[in-house]
Amino acid sequence: MDQLLNDFSPGLFIMQAIILVILLFLMIKFAWKPIMNSLTEREEGIQNALDQAENARKEMQNLQADNDRLLKEARAERDAMMKEAREIKDTIIAEAKEEAHEQATILIENAKATIKQEQQAAIAELKKKVGDLSIEIAQKVVRKELASQDDQLRLVEGMLEEVTLN
Amino acid sequence: MTIAKKPIYFLTVLAIVFSSFTAFAGGGETSGKEGQINTQEGINAYIKHHLADSHDFTLFSYTNDAGERKHVGFPLPVIVWTSKGLKTFMSSAFHHNDDGHVVVEKDGVKLAKIHSKIYELEEGAEHVSFDEHHHATNAHKALDFSITKSVMGMLLAGLLMFLGFGSLARGYKKGAIPTGVGRVLEPLVLYVRDEIARPNIGEKHYRKFMGFLLTVFFFIWILNLMGLTPLGFNVTGQIAVTVCLALFTFIIVQFSGNKDYWKHIFWMPNVPIPMKIILAPIEVLGMLTKPFALLIRLFANMTAGHFVVMSLIALMITLKSQFGAVGSTGLSLALALFISVIEILVAFLQAFIFTMLSSLFIGMAVEEHDHH
Repeated sequence: MDQLLNDFSPGLFIMQAIILVILLFLMIKFAWKPIMNSLTEREEGIQNALDQAENARKEMQNLQADNDRLLKEARAERDAMMKEAREIKDTIIAEAKEEAHEQATILIENAKATIKQEQQAAIAELKKKVGDLSIEIAQKVVRKELASQDDQLRLVEGMLEEVTLN
Repeated sequence: MTIAKKPIYFLTVLAIVFSSFTAFAGGGETSGKEGQINTQEGINAYIKHHLADSHDFTLFSYTNDAGERKHVGFPLPVIVWTSKGLKTFMSSAFHHNDDGHVVVEKDGVKLAKIHSKIYELEEGAEHVSFDEHHHATNAHKALDFSITKSVMGMLLAGLLMFLGFGSLARGYKKGAIPTGVGRVLEPLVLYVRDEIARPNIGEKHYRKFMGFLLTVFFFIWILNLMGLTPLGFNVTGQIAVTVCLALFTFIIVQFSGNKDYWKHIFWMPNVPIPMKIILAPIEVLGMLTKPFALLIRLFANMTAGHFVVMSLIALMITLKSQFGAVGSTGLSLALALFISVIEILVAFLQAFIFTMLSSLFIGMAVEEHDHH
């Protein structure tokens, strides 16, 4: 301890204090302050740049997602449209078929009715013709048969017989 | 640590080569006849001489053919405050004498240099007389503001710092990325900021103290490294220098201490009143021991480092009789190289620890307690 105190030089201490104060002042003013400021500035700049890059990346992602969504929507819409078209086509065809069927049925019915009418008309005409013909023939037969008195009587008798039998 | 390997090797080799050279060549007048150092006492005296501050800058000394002692180096200005005011002259006036035999008379004031200290002779005395403990009886120490080797070292370190970091600061004006020397210096600044100041002081307050911490860190580190060069500075091994550095830390800590800090010292919260009274003097003592530990740690480490390196170099002389010239030199070289490499680490470590603890103490002073 004695040795230490003996070695302690007050003059050197004062010189050191003066030098250190001046050095502190000079270094802070001309070196540390500008250096610290520049470092902080640079770090903030880097941080900002990173943040911006991150934001840009996120934005890109959003954009991409939007695009994907739009594409999907478009695809879905197209599918829906196609489906609708198909459905419409099917309905139209079905309706057309039904209508055609109905038309055909009506036509057939009409045809059938006409045929029946014609048939009945033909039958009636035929009946009339046959009747006329029978009467003509009967006239001719009757005229010939009933030329004599006896015949007329036989016929009447025959008829009467039939009536009695009934 | 990102320091290229090459400069360390280079520095080490240089340090070894030159310090061995100085040991061979011998020092001042204290080291026996013809400057030869070949005794244990001579070596001890030489080491002691080296560890002390010096008033002239001597690279090495030798004895020429005519038997004259020659010193290669240059004198430094001596500035002393004496009883008759400020006196200045060059240290060459002492003719490298360090035991008080050469008396310089300056405007009626007689001055002598004894073991690197300037003494003022009392009125009427012509020569310094010593008692049996080799203390001067008729002279007293003068207040010595000389530009000694240590002061020169500090100025040099300051200049280096100012040029290096000044250029780094200017470099930022040209672009955000430093070029040249700045590329090496910037990571060091970042290291001090991110590894020392920020974690210990806290995000909120650290900026205020960056100037002091950076200055102290690089100042100590550069001076420690300069101590490893053959120039033979031992600035951080001067107790006055470490006292001054620690005092600055002490003052800064006390002036930045907040209400909580003082409350924890004088009136410790959350303990019974008798304990508060007992704790106060302990805390006050703790306030003083912290910087004291700082100054002793730095001083002791650097002094010890120089002492060990020089002792190992001296092995080539002390072990010469046992191992022969080649053996002892080889042994001394290997050991000194090993210790010098460790000293390079210690040079950084001590600067780091000093700054670390300073920021820790500052951090304790500015810390905001929210637990009561």
